[in-house]
Amino acid sequence: MSRVGVVVFPGSNCEHDVVQALGALGGRAELVWHAETDLSGFDAVVLPGGFAHGDYLRPGALARFSPVMGAVAAFARAGGPVLGICNGFQVLTEAGLLPGALQKNRGLTFLCEPTTLVVASTRSVLTRTAALGAELVVPINHFAGSYVCDDSTYLALVERDQVVLRYRDNPNGSRGDIAGIANEAGNVVGLMPHPERAFSALLGSADGRVLLEGFLASADDAAAARVDLVAAP
Amino acid sequence: MEYAVRVDVTLRHGIADPEGATIERALPALGFAGVHSVRTGKAFALVVEADSAEGAREVAGSLATRLLSNPVIEDAAVTVVGVA
Repeated sequence: MSRVGVVVFPGSNCEHDVVQALGALGGRAELVWHAETDLSGFDAVVLPGGFAHGDYLRPGALARFSPVMGAVAAFARAGGPVLGICNGFQVLTEAGLLPGALQKNRGLTFLCEPTTLVVASTRSVLTRTAALGAELVVPINHFAGSYVCDDSTYLALVERDQVVLRYRDNPNGSRGDIAGIANEAGNVVGLMPHPERAFSALLGSADGRVLLEGFLASADDAAAARVDLVAAP
Repeated sequence: MEYAVRVDVTLRHGIADPEGATIERALPALGFAGVHSVRTGKAFALVVEADSAEGAREVAGSLATRLLSNPVIEDAAVTVVGVA
């Protein structure tokens, strides 16, 4: 079975939710302290939500310099599945692993509410098993979730099918209603909504399952590829 | 030498500044007429060890770009205030 590493920064607060959710869906997820510099043995990596390093300076600005981030960047470059949720998305943009930035919400209020997402691309490690155009109810929980980028970046995102999720009703002023994006290869995904908070009807929605299941399938593929690599003569 | 350096980080032109806009909307109620284009940002005060003011500016400039600001949405202005 594949292993998913869930990075814990000082100030992360959604790491246990992610481990629980992936575990409930049949995956194996383990916490990884941010001081770790070696991610070998993991088939996928999640940067969870919270307030890494207190969100001092800007969300993600200091987390980007955590020791683990060198390994996360190398893992991403090697094609490994990387998922940044909420604060994790902010960390990925600050680290330059995803384009653009997350800015304070348009209304300057902290938003904690269910949102309806529209699957805009299935060419990513998160959305691969979702149906294009499907609507998913997944909660958001953020103050700085308004996605910003310049015109050329936005055009490139659209052209290369990197916008993976859009809000049906834009809650925060995100450019192009963007809720989540991928890198060009599709193996690095960041999104502001929390799929781990929507994996069971008991939580109000189970729509996050299809996303987490897609991510686990990506982890399994990465594990299989690793085994093939080892088994190759 | 030690130089006192100030770094001002502001949102780049064209990037929405909801805080600045909110402040601006509050101004008329306080009786401030004729004030507009309010932009918010952050100011940092640093002391930099360097051989010259230009050297201090270079160090602070690099720090401003790599950490203090996010060049995707922010501009950073470095001012060498004087010898600390």
